[in-house]
Amino acid sequence: MNEALSYVSSFIYAAVLAGTPLLFGTLGEIITEKAGNLNLGVEGMMYMGAIMGFYAGYVTGSVALSLIAALAAGALGALIYAFLTVTLKANQNVTGLTLTIFGGGFANFIGENLILNSPTKSAVLSDAMKANLKSINIPLLSDIPYIGRMFFQHNIFVYLGIVLAIAAGWYLHHTRKGLNLRAVGENPGAADAAGINVTLYKYVHILAGGGLCGLGGAYIALITCAGTWTYNCVNGQGWIAVALVIFASWSPYKAILGSLVFGALSILRLYIPLNIPTALFSMLPFLVTAVVLVVSSVRMSKEKAQPKGCGVNYFREER
Amino acid sequence: MQNAKKWGSDVDQPVKQPNLAIELKGLTKTFGEVIANKDIDLTLKHGEILALLGENGSGKTTLMNMLSGLYRPDSGEIYVGGRLVDIRSPHDAIALGIGMIHQHFKLVDVLSVRDNIVLGTKSGGKSRAQLTAEIVEISERFGLSVEPDRKIYSLSVGEKQTVEILKVLYRGARILILDEPTAVLTPQETERLFEILRKMKQQGCAVIIITHKLNEVLSISDRVTILRKGHTIETVQTAQATMRSLTEAMVGQSVDLSIHRPEIEDAGRILDVHHLTVLNEENVKALNDVSFELHGGEILGVAGVAGSGQKELCEAIAGLQTVAGGAILHNDINLVGLTPRQIIKRGISMSFIPEDRLGMGLVGSMGMVDNLLLKEYQNQPGIFVDRKPPRKLAKELIERLSIVTPDVMTPVKQLSGGNVQKVLLGREIASNPRILITAYPVRGLDINSSMTIYRLINEQKAKGVGVLFIGEDLDVLIELCDRIMVLCGGKVTGIVNAKEATKEMLGLMMTGSSREEALSHAR
Repeated sequence: MNEALSYVSSFIYAAVLAGTPLLFGTLGEIITEKAGNLNLGVEGMMYMGAIMGFYAGYVTGSVALSLIAALAAGALGALIYAFLTVTLKANQNVTGLTLTIFGGGFANFIGENLILNSPTKSAVLSDAMKANLKSINIPLLSDIPYIGRMFFQHNIFVYLGIVLAIAAGWYLHHTRKGLNLRAVGENPGAADAAGINVTLYKYVHILAGGGLCGLGGAYIALITCAGTWTYNCVNGQGWIAVALVIFASWSPYKAILGSLVFGALSILRLYIPLNIPTALFSMLPFLVTAVVLVVSSVRMSKEKAQPKGCGVNYFREER
Repeated sequence: MQNAKKWGSDVDQPVKQPNLAIELKGLTKTFGEVIANKDIDLTLKHGEILALLGENGSGKTTLMNMLSGLYRPDSGEIYVGGRLVDIRSPHDAIALGIGMIHQHFKLVDVLSVRDNIVLGTKSGGKSRAQLTAEIVEISERFGLSVEPDRKIYSLSVGEKQTVEILKVLYRGARILILDEPTAVLTPQETERLFEILRKMKQQGCAVIIITHKLNEVLSISDRVTILRKGHTIETVQTAQATMRSLTEAMVGQSVDLSIHRPEIEDAGRILDVHHLTVLNEENVKALNDVSFELHGGEILGVAGVAGSGQKELCEAIAGLQTVAGGAILHNDINLVGLTPRQIIKRGISMSFIPEDRLGMGLVGSMGMVDNLLLKEYQNQPGIFVDRKPPRKLAKELIERLSIVTPDVMTPVKQLSGGNVQKVLLGREIASNPRILITAYPVRGLDINSSMTIYRLINEQKAKGVGVLFIGEDLDVLIELCDRIMVLCGGKVTGIVNAKEATKEMLGLMMTGSSREEALSHAR
C-alpha cells in the first residue's frame, strides 16, 4: 500500500515537473490568442527563451538574470511576430511558423557555439547556480505525507507558473483591461469603435505571451536538461502547448490542470512497466487533443471557443 | 422642433455658431482612385434630427465614419460645438460626445449586454451591481428596456440595436449618428426606435440618421441633406420636401416612382405546394402545413413579420432544407428530398435569390466572371473551364442592368449593395428560369436600384415565369404582386388578391387574423 502510494506520488511529482514548461507555453499562447492573434511560433519563442536564459545563467551564474533574459528573448520573438502581423498585416500562420523555424535555428546555433568554445566541449551551468534552482520546500505543507511530495517540494518555476496562471485568469475575467482584451480578440472592430486602442492591446499581450513562452523555454534548459545545453532541447513541447490551449478551452485555470495531464502523459512510459512502443506514448497528447476537439465541437459552446477575431488581422479602413 | 425651424434659414451661411453641434467644411476622402467624399459641407444643430440621404455609394457612410473616427479625412475641417477638432480615432470621437450606431452592429457576441455597454470606458472600481444600476437608470430615462446579464448572441436584432444605443448614451454622447438603423427592423421596432430618437431630440441631443426609406425621412427628420456621388447637393427643410422632390435631388433626374403591375396571361400552374411542414434547429415547426399554388406569369408575394417561416419556405423549395412533411410538385415531379443539383438535372429550371447575397448568393472575393462561371461550369465539357462565355455574359449584364464596377474581374464584395444584387439577379435570370424565388431583393438598396429590380422582376413575369417574392414593405407588395400570401408563425393565414388588399388588412393577417376576420375589420 505504502509502496503504491509513494509510486503514485513520485509519478505526480514528475508529472508536475514535466508539465511546467507546457503551462508557461500554454499561458503565453492563451494571452496571445485572447488578443486575436494565433501565434504558431510558441516553439520558436521557447527556443529563444531557452538559449538566452541558459546563456545569461552560463555567463553570470544568476538565476534572476537568467529569467529576465529568457523573458526578454521570448518577448523579442513575439515582437518580430507582432510587428509583422499587427503593423504590416502579414499572414499570422505563416509568420508564426517562420518564427518557430527561426527560434530553433537561433538557439541551436548559439548553443553549439557555446559547446565548441568551452574547454570541456560541453556547456554546463555552474554548480552554485544549479543549487539555486533546487526544490524549495514550502514549510508545513511539504511535510504532509505524499501530498507534500507531489505539490509542495518543487522549484521556483512551478510556483511561479501557478501564480501566473491564476493571475492571468483573474486579469481576463475580473478586470476592465481584461474585458477590453477579450473584446479585442473577439471583435476588434467593436473594440475599436468602443474607443479601445486595438494596436496597443495587441502588442502588449502578444509580447507578454511571448515572454511567458520564453520562461517555459528557460525551464527546459535549466531544469529539464539539468543545466546542460542540449541540442534540440525544446523538441516539440511548444506544439503541445498550442494543442493544450484548445484542451484548456482558452482558460488559464484549466491550463494548470491541462499541463498536469499532458505532463503526466509525456512521462507515462517511464511509469508503466509494459512493453509498449515509445511512439505510441508520444502520440498520446495529440490523441487526447483530438478527442477534446471532437467533444468540444459537439458541445458547441460559444463562450469556450477560440476568440472569433483570432487569425484575422484587423485593418480599420477596410471596406 | 421650434429651435430647428428658427435656425432653418441659416443653412447656407457658413458662420461658425457655438450652438451648432457639428459643422463640416470641405471634407474630402478618397480610397485609392475612388473619391468617396468631395468638398462636403454640412451643419447639425442641437435638438434636431438631420436625415442624410443618398443612393448606394454616394458616400454617406464614409462621411459618418470620418465623424466617428474610423476614417481620417484627406482634407477639410470638422467643427464640434464651434471648435475646430481633429478626430483621429473612435476614442477622440467619444471624448467629443459623438456616438455612432453602425449598420453592422459593433458588438461582442460572447460578452454580456453590460460588458458591451461599459466596454472601453473607465470604471473607477465600480462593481457589476453599480454598473447595472447605471445602465438601468439610463435606459429608464430614454424608455429602453434591456437585461444587462444576457449575452449578445441570444438577443434579437432589435434588442441588439437597443444595446448599441445604450452604449452610445452610456458614454454621454450628445451627438448621435445612426447608419441605416431601420434596415433590419420590423415596423413595430422602427416605431419604437423613432420614439427614442424623438425623446433624445427633446433632451437636446443632435441626431443624424442615414436611411433609404423616404417615408421614414419624412416622418422623423427636421432637415434633410442630400448627397450624390460624394458631393453635397442641397439641404432642405423636411416640412417643405416631398418624396418626389427628395428622390429627384438624390438621383439627379426625375424618377418614375410608380410600380407597374402588367396584366399577363396565366401560363398555368408551375408549382404546387401541399401541406409543407419544416422543422427548425430546435425541432419547432418553422413551416406548418403550408399549401399554395404558383402560376406562370404571376408574382406571388409573401408577407409576414421577420422569422415567420419565409427563409424556410424559400430554402425548402430550392432544395436546401430538410422537409418534415408535405410535397412540392412541379409538373407532377416531387421536389422534396432532391438536392439543388438533382433538381437542375431533372430539367427544372429554378432560380433562388437569397436574402444573404454575399453569404449564400455570390462569392464575395471572386469577380463577376467567376461568379457567373459558378452557375455554368457544370455544363462545360472537359476538365478545364472556359471563361469566355461568362465574360461575355458579364459585359452584357453590365450594359443591360447598368451595373457599376471598375472591371468584370473586380471582387464583387467591393461593389455597392445595389450592384451586388444586380449581378446576382442578372446571373439567375440569364439561365432562363421557370420559377424565380427572391427573398427581400431590395433590402438595403436605394430607390433607383429598387425600381430597376422591380422592373427586372416584372420582365420575368411577362416571360411567363412564376415569381415568389418575399417582401417586407407592404406598399410594394400591394403594388407589385398579383396575389399575396400572408405567413404568421409558419402558418398561412390567407392568400389575397393584391388589388383587394390593404395595408391594415395585411397587418392584421400578419399577426394571426384570418382573411375573413381581417376583411371585416378593415371594413
